[in-house]
Amino acid sequence: MDKRKKIADTHRNSPDTAIYTQPTPLTGAETVWATLVGEGVRDVFGYPGGAILPVYDALRKFPIRHILVRHEQGAAHMADGYARASGKVGVAMATSGPGATNLVTGIATAMLDSIPMVCITGQVSSKVLGTDAFQEVDITGITLPITKHNFLVRRTEDIAPALREAFRIAQSGRPGPVLVDITKDAQQSSAIFDFAAAAPQPYRPHPMLSADSTSIREALELLRTAKRPLILAGQGILHSGAMEQVRALAERTQTPVACTLLGLTAFPASHPLNLGMMGMHGESWVNHAIQQADLLIACGMRFDDRVTGSLSTYAPNAKKIHIEIDPAEINKNVRVDVGLIGDLKEILETLLPRLPGRDGAAWLHAISAMKGDASVHDIQQLPDNGHLYAAHVINDIWHVTNGDAIVVTDVGQHQMWEAQYYKHDSPRSLITSGGLGTMGFALPAAIGAKLACPEKEVWVVAGDGGFQMTCPELATIVQEQLKINIAIVNNGYLGMVRQWQEKFYEKNYECTPLISPDFVKLADAHGIRGAHVNRRADVISTVETARQHPGAFLIDFHVEQEDSVYPMIAPGAALHEMIRRPKHNPLVETATEE
Amino acid sequence: MLHTFVALVEDKTGLLARVTSLFRRLNVNIISLTVGGTETAGVSRTTIVAEAAEDRAPRIMASLYKLEGVLDVDDVGRHSAVIRELAMLKIAADQNTRSDLFQLAEVFRARIVDLAPESMMMEITGSASKIEGLVQILLQGNYRILEMARTGRMAMRRGHHASRVLEALGDTTPRIDPKTFSGILRHEAPDLLEDESHA
Repeated sequence: MDKRKKIADTHRNSPDTAIYTQPTPLTGAETVWATLVGEGVRDVFGYPGGAILPVYDALRKFPIRHILVRHEQGAAHMADGYARASGKVGVAMATSGPGATNLVTGIATAMLDSIPMVCITGQVSSKVLGTDAFQEVDITGITLPITKHNFLVRRTEDIAPALREAFRIAQSGRPGPVLVDITKDAQQSSAIFDFAAAAPQPYRPHPMLSADSTSIREALELLRTAKRPLILAGQGILHSGAMEQVRALAERTQTPVACTLLGLTAFPASHPLNLGMMGMHGESWVNHAIQQADLLIACGMRFDDRVTGSLSTYAPNAKKIHIEIDPAEINKNVRVDVGLIGDLKEILETLLPRLPGRDGAAWLHAISAMKGDASVHDIQQLPDNGHLYAAHVINDIWHVTNGDAIVVTDVGQHQMWEAQYYKHDSPRSLITSGGLGTMGFALPAAIGAKLACPEKEVWVVAGDGGFQMTCPELATIVQEQLKINIAIVNNGYLGMVRQWQEKFYEKNYECTPLISPDFVKLADAHGIRGAHVNRRADVISTVETARQHPGAFLIDFHVEQEDSVYPMIAPGAALHEMIRRPKHNPLVETATEE
Repeated sequence: MLHTFVALVEDKTGLLARVTSLFRRLNVNIISLTVGGTETAGVSRTTIVAEAAEDRAPRIMASLYKLEGVLDVDDVGRHSAVIRELAMLKIAADQNTRSDLFQLAEVFRARIVDLAPESMMMEITGSASKIEGLVQILLQGNYRILEMARTGRMAMRRGHHASRVLEALGDTTPRIDPKTFSGILRHEAPDLLEDESHA
C-alpha cells in the first residue's frame, strides 16, 4: 500500500511548482504544462511513450495531477467523463503512433456527444515526419473527421498558441474534441513562453446564427396558439446552462417536458412536468405525447434517429420550433417551422418575458390518462418471485443513493434501464455515451467524473460485455485511490444484441452468450473489495455495504439472463408503434398494453 | 441538383483536405473543385461544384462554416453569377484537318496555343456547356481528342456584391436569409448550366 501511495503522491503537486506570468524562455515540453496551468487544468489523463517523453520529463515542475491510465482509450474516456461531470475541458495525453490511435474511439465518442476535450499527442521529430518513422502515424489525418479541429505543431513557439486555440475551440459554440499533435523536436527546443500573447483569436460566432425578430415573433405565435405543446429537452441545455430558463418556459406555459438520453439531467426527473425519456426505449406515454402534440419546442437536441423513429411518421400533427446552436442541425433530419439558431439560454431569455401564462390542464390530463397504470413504476412493491431483474438493481441503487449519485453507464440494456429507473434530479449526474454508443466507456469515464467531482458519490453501471472492454482501468482506480462503486449488470449475454436477435433474427443467439471472469475475484486481484448478488433481497444491503466501504467496491449482480428492455421501437417503425412489455413480464405495466 | 459554393479559406496546410473531407463525410460528391489566390494575401478562394439534393445546401454551408479557417461561404448558384471554366484540348491534326479546326476554334472563341506536326492544342474559356459543345462537335467530326484538361468551374457573383467590402463598410445585414432555415421560403436556383452570354 505504501508503494502505491508513493506512486500517487509523486504525481501530485510538488512544492516547487512554477507558474509563469511573465514572458520566460521555456522548452516546448515545459510550455505544454505551463499553458495547461494557465488554462486552469489540474488533471491530465495519459500514458507516456517515446515521442511525448520530453513533456512527461517536465511534468514534475508543474501543479498538475497526472493519472496514468492502462490504455489510451481510457485516457480519452476519462477526459470525456471529467468534462461531462464538470462542464470544463477534459485533457488526455498520449504518445505518437499506437498511443495516438488508441485515443481514436474516445475522441469519436466525445465528438458525437459534443464534449469539450483537448487531446495532446507526441509526434516524431519534424525532421523525419512523413518517412514512416518508428511509431509515426498521421493522427491529424486520422482524427480529421472526428475532431472539431486539430493541429500539427512543428515549432516550439507555436505550441502555446495552438493549445490555447484548442481550448477556445473545444468550449465555444457547440463543444467538441480538439487534438494537438506536437513533434518531439518542438518539445525539446526552447522559445519564449508568453501566455498572454498566445491568446487565441476571439470566438467568431457561426455566421449563420439567426434568431431575428421575425423568427422570434413566429415562435411566440406558435407558442401562444399551441394546444398540445411539448418541450424536447436535450444536452444543449446543459452546455448552454439553460436549466432555469427551460424550467421557467415549462412552468410558465404549463408545457410537459420529454428528455433525450443525454438531456435526462437537464430537467429534474421529479418535476411534475417531466414526462421522462423519449425515443426507442422511451416510455409509451412520452412517445404518444410526441405523436399527438401540436407543437414541439426542441431545445438543444438534434432529432437523432434513436429519438424520432421513422421520420415520415414523426410528430405528424406538430409544428416544430428548433432552438439550437449548430446551424447544420436545423432541418437535418426533421423539417422545422421555426429555427432559432443561437445560444439556448439567450434565446429563451428573449422569449420568456413575452410569453403569457397558459392553462395546460387539458393536455396534461390527456397525457396522464395515456400513462394509465404503466405510470406506476413502483417496482419496489412487486412481490419477490425469486428472480433478480436489472430494473430492480437500478431502482434500488437510486433509492439507496437518494438519487444524488453521479451514475456513469456503459452501453446496452443496462444503459436503458438506468435511464428508465434512476431518477436524476441534478444536472450532469448521468454520464453516458449516447451518439457513438461506445461500449467500455463507463469505467474510465467514471474515473474522470470522480476526479472532476471528488465530493460526489460515483457509480459505474456496466454490463458484463462492456465492462471487459476497459476493465484494466481497475488498476488505475487503485493507483489513484479513488472511491468508485461499480455495479455490473451481469446477464451472461451481450444483452442488447441478444434482444435484437430475439426480436429480429429469430432468436438466433449467435455470438452473444459470453463467459466472463469472476468479477469479484478480478476486483480482488486488484485489491478492490467486491460481492456477488443473486437475490433481490440482497441488493439494498450490498449497495449499502459498497457505499460504506472506504475504497472502491464492485458488485456483480447476476440478473435474469433473457430480460429485454421495453418499450421498444423496432428500427424503421413509427414512434407510436412500440413493442410493449409482454403481459407475463413481471415488471409492471399491464392494462395499457395495446 | 448541382450546387456551386465559393468558400474563402485561410491559406494554410491541410485546409483543403478539411474541406474535401467534409463533403465526403456528408456523402456529397464533388463534381469540380478549384483553388487559387484572391485579392487578400493569405486567403484562398475555392469554388466547389457538388451534386446534392436542393434542400441540402444550407447544411453544407453551415458545415463549411464550422471548419476552422473557413472565412466566408457563398452559395453563388442561387444568385446571378458568372461561372467559367478553362479547358485545354490536344487534338490530332495534320495539314488536311488543321484549317477546319482553326475555323471551329473561331466559332467557339477558342484559341490555338500550340501547333505540332501531328497535333494542335486549343484553349477555351467559358461555361461548362460551351466547352461540352466544342467537345461534342469535335467528336462528331471524327477528330481525335488526344488529351483534355479542364479546370473545373470558377464563379463570381455579378454586381457590387463583395462580402469583404460589405464587412469593411460595417454592413451587418445577414448574408443568409433566415427563412431558408425555417423551411418557409424556397429559393429558386437558376440553371447552373445556363450559358452566360458570350457574344
